[in-house]
Amino acid sequence: MGVRLATETSAARLVGRLSRAVGRGGGTTLPGKLLWKVDPGAIDALAARLPAGVAVVSATNGKTTTSAMLARILGPRYRLAWNNSGANLASGVASTLLSATDADLGLLEVDEFALPEVMRRVRPRVVSLGNLFRDQLDRYGELEHIADRWRVAVAALPHASMLVVNADDPLVAELAEGRPQALRFGVDDPRLARPTLQHAADSKYCIRCGGPYVYVAAYVGHLGDYRCPACGHARPELDLAARSIDLQALDASVFDLVTPAGTVRVRLPLPGLYNVYNALAAAATALALDASLDEIVTGLGTFTAAFGRFERIDAGDRRILMLLIKNPAGANEAIRTLEEGRVPATLVIALNDRIADGRDVSWIWDVDFEPLLEQAERIVVSGERAAELALRFTYAGYPASQLEVIPDLREALDRGLALVPTGGELGVLPTYTAMLELRQIAVGRGLVRPFWEEAP
Amino acid sequence: MRIRVAHLYPDYLNIYADRGNIAVFARRAALRGHSLEVTAVEPGAALEPWAFDLVYIGGGQDREQALVAPDLAQRGNDLRRAVETGTALLAVCGGYQLLGRGYRGRDGSWMPGAGVFPLETVAGEKRLIGDVLLEADLGDGVSTTVAGFENHAGRTLLDSGATPFGKVLAGHGNDGTSGFEGCRVAAAIGTYLHGPLLPRNPALADWLLARALEHAGGEGDLEPLGDELERLAHAVSAGRARSRGGR
Repeated sequence: MGVRLATETSAARLVGRLSRAVGRGGGTTLPGKLLWKVDPGAIDALAARLPAGVAVVSATNGKTTTSAMLARILGPRYRLAWNNSGANLASGVASTLLSATDADLGLLEVDEFALPEVMRRVRPRVVSLGNLFRDQLDRYGELEHIADRWRVAVAALPHASMLVVNADDPLVAELAEGRPQALRFGVDDPRLARPTLQHAADSKYCIRCGGPYVYVAAYVGHLGDYRCPACGHARPELDLAARSIDLQALDASVFDLVTPAGTVRVRLPLPGLYNVYNALAAAATALALDASLDEIVTGLGTFTAAFGRFERIDAGDRRILMLLIKNPAGANEAIRTLEEGRVPATLVIALNDRIADGRDVSWIWDVDFEPLLEQAERIVVSGERAAELALRFTYAGYPASQLEVIPDLREALDRGLALVPTGGELGVLPTYTAMLELRQIAVGRGLVRPFWEEAP
Repeated sequence: MRIRVAHLYPDYLNIYADRGNIAVFARRAALRGHSLEVTAVEPGAALEPWAFDLVYIGGGQDREQALVAPDLAQRGNDLRRAVETGTALLAVCGGYQLLGRGYRGRDGSWMPGAGVFPLETVAGEKRLIGDVLLEADLGDGVSTTVAGFENHAGRTLLDSGATPFGKVLAGHGNDGTSGFEGCRVAAAIGTYLHGPLLPRNPALADWLLARALEHAGGEGDLEPLGDELERLAHAVSAGRARSRGGR
């Protein structure tokens, strides 16, 4: 008791000092960065004061969208401490917990690498783990390394905590093995399976014996209904499933959400099978947090895209459709979704190489850009590594006459918009920091609100 | 001419753009009126490497590398014979390590390699990650700068007298201390520079292509291409290495 009290007191003192500091400064993670530096243990106490506990969401792809869906579902039930700015490192978590003094429930999107530390400190009531794809190997290290870290973190999780896992991802599904409190979700609609695994798919080989998996159905990257013919390791039974899925071009995804609490038809106003996975993760996590099926259907049904993730921006007499691309699996799904809906005739594709983008730009060669190249009439490549994108497309056979290289993002956006006829739509596919910068340009022109002002 | 290419283990070693390097060979060959015939070689498949003009092996994550290592080690004699008879070879990152004599793990374990390059690799504690710029010596007084990215835990130690692929101008290189990167034996090059190495280093791509053409019985003189975008990408990448490369 004494130790805990001391921690809380020290946290409280820091809160006072830090809020003064914030008054002078600002920024989404500044107070958290200070707190994290001065007393990382204070996060434990800040999390412990939330009466409904903390839910954490992690994945290589979809964690921002999944947490935004959860915020929409849980908003009516709980006052949330939600890091909706995408500040998902320990310092961002600290900032969110610090500023949400009257919240009931912590809703934390957490970076894959930061997850073990955050889990250890906030002792989450629910942990949702969505997927593991190769991503920024210069920063995160190899896939197996992240999986090992997650394994240790899950092993230390209290038995009462609920673990939500994607059963369709072998490495992630394995984490729930033997846990009494677990919900496994997956897609169950072989009509939507891809004929072959995509190029450079991850986790193609059995995590038990190393033999190649056979897929009854592969849905997104290596996610699907897998089975190892050599040793029999297979996708576990699903507790939550999406069935009878109807992907309605670029408008919506409609599916039967099958849960232990019953089956409901969900209309998610977001395209893409990968968003069905995000919705499943959100639904399972919401159920574990006592939400009703009605709340889930309503929350998902009224969801709008998280910033930069299939976000539509009005630009006067033209529209911008912005899709973040950050790693091969995510980019492939964004491209697949455009392909199944409608590929905009004009595209701006922007590649930066800062830390948040990954300094190593090699990953663009693992992305299947080819369907875009077949259909796009004009492509403007932009960002600090625009020339690398230009080479990627040129060596894939895209005609030089249809390609423009404009590294400056503002100029590239203007050029892209100028190439679109009145009433038309410009497709913009930026990496993370390029997305933030392009959105900032749009904010400056009054086209969108800054992401930190977005209502849940 | 038809250039016969063996691509080793594309299902296992495909991290970062190994297909991009093949695409560069194909297009640069096609622009000079040649064609590429690529054969994918997976573990267990029959292979006579000397029947190919160019052998390519890419990088993978530790797990995939361990899965193919025994198969590759068995092909050591064949691959050495191919290199001795002039087959061009490019081995990137994990593939480079596997073509040495072997890899010593942190736990002391020994994973035998194919022994094409006179070197050994020892696991290090800290990964060597970052942009790299090399001055590469391709023999016969041909030298060129090569820009890329490295990400490896292994420290590769060349035998004395072995020829490195290049001198490190910025970045870590083979072991972070020697100042050298990669290894070259005849027309076989091993390097840690992964990903789209060839698109932004067209001189290297053409050098390998020329050696492959000679092996196929053709002329190794390739007419120059414009390479405007290639030079731009090279310059940006080289600048990155100079401003933020390792060391």
